[in-house]
Amino acid sequence: MVFLSSDRLNTGLLARFARRELAPNRYDLIALVLIGAVAVLVVHGAQQMNLPVSALHTQPVVLDPARLPEYALRSTLRMFAAIFASLTFTFVVATIAAKSHKAELVIVPMLDIAQSIPIMAFLAFTLTFFIGLFPKSEFGAELAAIFLIFTSQAWNMAFSFYQSLRTLPGDLVEVSQQFHLSPWQRFWKLELPFATPALVWNTMMSMSGGWFFVVASEYFTVGATKVSLPGIGSWLAIAIERRDFVSVSWAVGAVAVVIVLYDQLVFRPIVAWADKFRFEQTASENQPESWFFDLLRRTRVFKRLGRPFRGLLAALPRSRPRARPASRAPDPALLRWMDRAWIALVAVAGIWAVWTIFRYLSANLRLSDLLLAFGLGFLTLARVVVLIIIATLIWVPIGVWIGMRPVWSQRIQPVAQFLAAFPANVIFPFAVMGIVAWRLDPNIWLSPLIILGTQWYILFNVVAGASALPNDLKEAAGIFHLRSWQRWRDFILPGIFPYYVTGALTASGGSWNASVVAEVVSWGHTKLQAAGLGAFIAKATDAGDFPRVALGATVMSIFVIAMNRSVWRPMYAYAEKNLRLN
Amino acid sequence: MMTITLDRPSQSTAPLVEVKNLKHVYGNGGGGAGLLVLDDVNLTLRPNEIVGLLGRSGSGKSTLLRSIAGLITPTSGSVTVSDMPGDDTARGVSMVFQSFALFPWLTVQKNVELGLEAQGVPADIRRKRTLAAIDLIGLDGFENAYPKELSGGMRQRVGLARALVVQPSILLMDEPFSALDVLTAETLRTDLLDLWSEGRMPIRSILIVTHNIEEAVLMCDRILVFSSNPGRVIAEIKVDLPQPRNRLEPAFRALVDDIYARMTARPTGPVARDGNFPGTGLGMALTHVSTNTLAGMIEAITAAPNSGAADLATLARELQMEADELLPIAETLQLMRFAEIEGRTIRLTPAAKRYDAADVDQRKQLFAQHLLAYVPLAAHIRRVLDDRASHQAPATRFRDELEDFMSEPYAEETMDAIVSWGRYAEIFAYHEDDDRFSLDDPA
Repeated sequence: MVFLSSDRLNTGLLARFARRELAPNRYDLIALVLIGAVAVLVVHGAQQMNLPVSALHTQPVVLDPARLPEYALRSTLRMFAAIFASLTFTFVVATIAAKSHKAELVIVPMLDIAQSIPIMAFLAFTLTFFIGLFPKSEFGAELAAIFLIFTSQAWNMAFSFYQSLRTLPGDLVEVSQQFHLSPWQRFWKLELPFATPALVWNTMMSMSGGWFFVVASEYFTVGATKVSLPGIGSWLAIAIERRDFVSVSWAVGAVAVVIVLYDQLVFRPIVAWADKFRFEQTASENQPESWFFDLLRRTRVFKRLGRPFRGLLAALPRSRPRARPASRAPDPALLRWMDRAWIALVAVAGIWAVWTIFRYLSANLRLSDLLLAFGLGFLTLARVVVLIIIATLIWVPIGVWIGMRPVWSQRIQPVAQFLAAFPANVIFPFAVMGIVAWRLDPNIWLSPLIILGTQWYILFNVVAGASALPNDLKEAAGIFHLRSWQRWRDFILPGIFPYYVTGALTASGGSWNASVVAEVVSWGHTKLQAAGLGAFIAKATDAGDFPRVALGATVMSIFVIAMNRSVWRPMYAYAEKNLRLN
Repeated sequence: MMTITLDRPSQSTAPLVEVKNLKHVYGNGGGGAGLLVLDDVNLTLRPNEIVGLLGRSGSGKSTLLRSIAGLITPTSGSVTVSDMPGDDTARGVSMVFQSFALFPWLTVQKNVELGLEAQGVPADIRRKRTLAAIDLIGLDGFENAYPKELSGGMRQRVGLARALVVQPSILLMDEPFSALDVLTAETLRTDLLDLWSEGRMPIRSILIVTHNIEEAVLMCDRILVFSSNPGRVIAEIKVDLPQPRNRLEPAFRALVDDIYARMTARPTGPVARDGNFPGTGLGMALTHVSTNTLAGMIEAITAAPNSGAADLATLARELQMEADELLPIAETLQLMRFAEIEGRTIRLTPAAKRYDAADVDQRKQLFAQHLLAYVPLAAHIRRVLDDRASHQAPATRFRDELEDFMSEPYAEETMDAIVSWGRYAEIFAYHEDDDRFSLDDPA
């Protein structure tokens, strides 16, 4: 998941993201290394705890349709627990980063790296850590699942909040200072409302992306540890083990229902509500709508229910006006010196991290393992690249066609967003059945699975871009009778490019994640495998081979980050500089 | 001083605000020279007066206002804000912003309540005072509206109500009417003056920043005229005209014209011919004025009734421009020897008259000659391009040279100006993609 902004929101957020330095700087490196070192330490600690085999007494999932609503609810609750954790994380970490320059130096690159890391690869670490915290209880496994979902959601939310805090409108900041609002009042009156539209959009996109991880996190094996949490993901996994076609279909249906409900009862109402916080002095033409939100607004009961909360908000602590701020800025020389000391401290931590990783990996791995991981990485890279290209060739023309027709785009857009939220791993069994039945080559035919769920990001972003093409340019293109190729080259493609890049970046990030579950799939005892880094990680996770999991995860992170820095960021920067329509 | 005597609680003349030897430098955190925006400014604000701070952009008048508001800590000097003696209810300062600075997610009422809430005023009193302020400022019926539903004039009324509801003794106004259209601005000014002269506002004194000379003369009892780069007080003018003032009255006009002359007056010295552009030679900071605007100005001064020379204040009125819009154009013409400015008169040179009569290509040639002859940076870039075998040079090279003389924003503006003038004159080409100059010409 990447930091996203809605087409309706100020695309400037994206711009700011794009304008940041293209080349990885030393902080990126340090951040990456620190994350890696922590992972290594976690595993090291967990291994020493010597987990007992099947220590977890989880209730087995029963394939009974009557129990399905309960399982769906359990899965949904996990999602909401994760989103709650993500919001808390966002408020704390992003606020610290925005207020403290020193923390910012470390936190921002960390967030940036974290949001490009394929977290499926780190499954083994998170799982081991939490089960290690609460051995012999289901609680640890629950926490592990929630933490996995959390890691798929938190970073872009925190990033969006941080960006908002850094770009508060100057005049409103001055008003707040002039009236001596306390930091607490300032948060509620200025910072949170200003950040709300972007944060809500990112939260909603995070939740959409999160269903994939909900399904993936409920049923897994790391070495001798097997976890099966009650939920749709476990239901699906058990159905696959038993080759129970009907139960798989039930799971697909249940997920579809859950996502439609989530879309109608959560996503749309909240986006419609957040429209009020858009920082614009004019009413927006294209207001997001939600029947459920309108309904809630009209009911009396809801308003009654809301009243105590309003009272609570109003009673938030106030502070007395303080004396005029008289403090002068500290000596710049001292500040510079302190900055240097801080950077030195971070650098020392970085060196220690490198040493830790190196010691761990060199004790357990050989150079040939490294070469193998990189070789497989290139195979998966080839898959991702080819599939993004194919998806582009298919969805860009279709998206433009839809986007240019307002009636169609209004109908299709929700469908595309629904499909993007739908966890593709639920559909995998059908593909496997097909491959088995027709004896196809898994190396080729498993590949489409990695883009199955993420291609929709390309579609709905292109649709958004095409419907945002300004009418006067459309008319100009019409008046001068632009030939069809010229029309695409000079008008349509440049116009949708910024949107396309957003979609393609999300799709490619999601595809790397999906490769961990898509390159090894099974149907009963039939196991299909494609050669690739995803399969490498999946196998190592299954076997509880931590050094290889660490190696695979690190190599995959390097691939994703390199691709972001060398392909997507420059494309963003280019689009931002040359192709802005407003 | 204002001739209408007012019934105010105290006739004390102890100053409400005293600013002494104020100096402010922007951006010297990095150890560089920084940009001196205010230099040795003194100001005294007494009860019962409206004081205007008048100056062009870059004269630091907003910085001064923000120092008084406590939003900026000046580099050196002192700012003392005192309340009225005795038990006057009005306390401290409050501010009205050019951009209105309303919170779009709060209703009119919530916006106005903001300052009271910060002070911890109980809800019922808060509500009472807010409604009274809304009533005073003519916003009844809009209590539950959101700012986006209001016109610009109504938004600024909210800004005013919000500033007044906390009962400040001093009202600071930062170009409060400049984001409004002419008619709306006039209505708001009149309403404000009425409230002031009737003593219905809690405030004891108003300090208003403006770049509109007529506005200053219309409203103020005293006007401080600022020079730019750095900002210094170059004149203090008392306005003794009775309220309400009439723009068409000769005394009013004379005062406006006089202030125009003071604002165009430039520091004495040998660089006088370069207008008000700070720096000389390569280090001259240019203002980016479009060549269309320059041509339009030459045409306007040539045309009847001006026939080659015009009074700046009259010209500004004719063209409906503010002083700080007109003056950079006039000074650019002067820099390129297309015009001379003497006192408040601008007179075209013979070259400008030739320019006016010429066709498009001749105009470009004439402009090119003057650009190369009188703008050292243009000649320098051209020389470098001529000398190089490739006839190309990266723009960063010149930008770096400029930054030896001036701060980054000025260098940026100067580069923008030279690129646009050079392109029009066709003395060199500039390629935005890779940020370089070249001699090649698409023609």
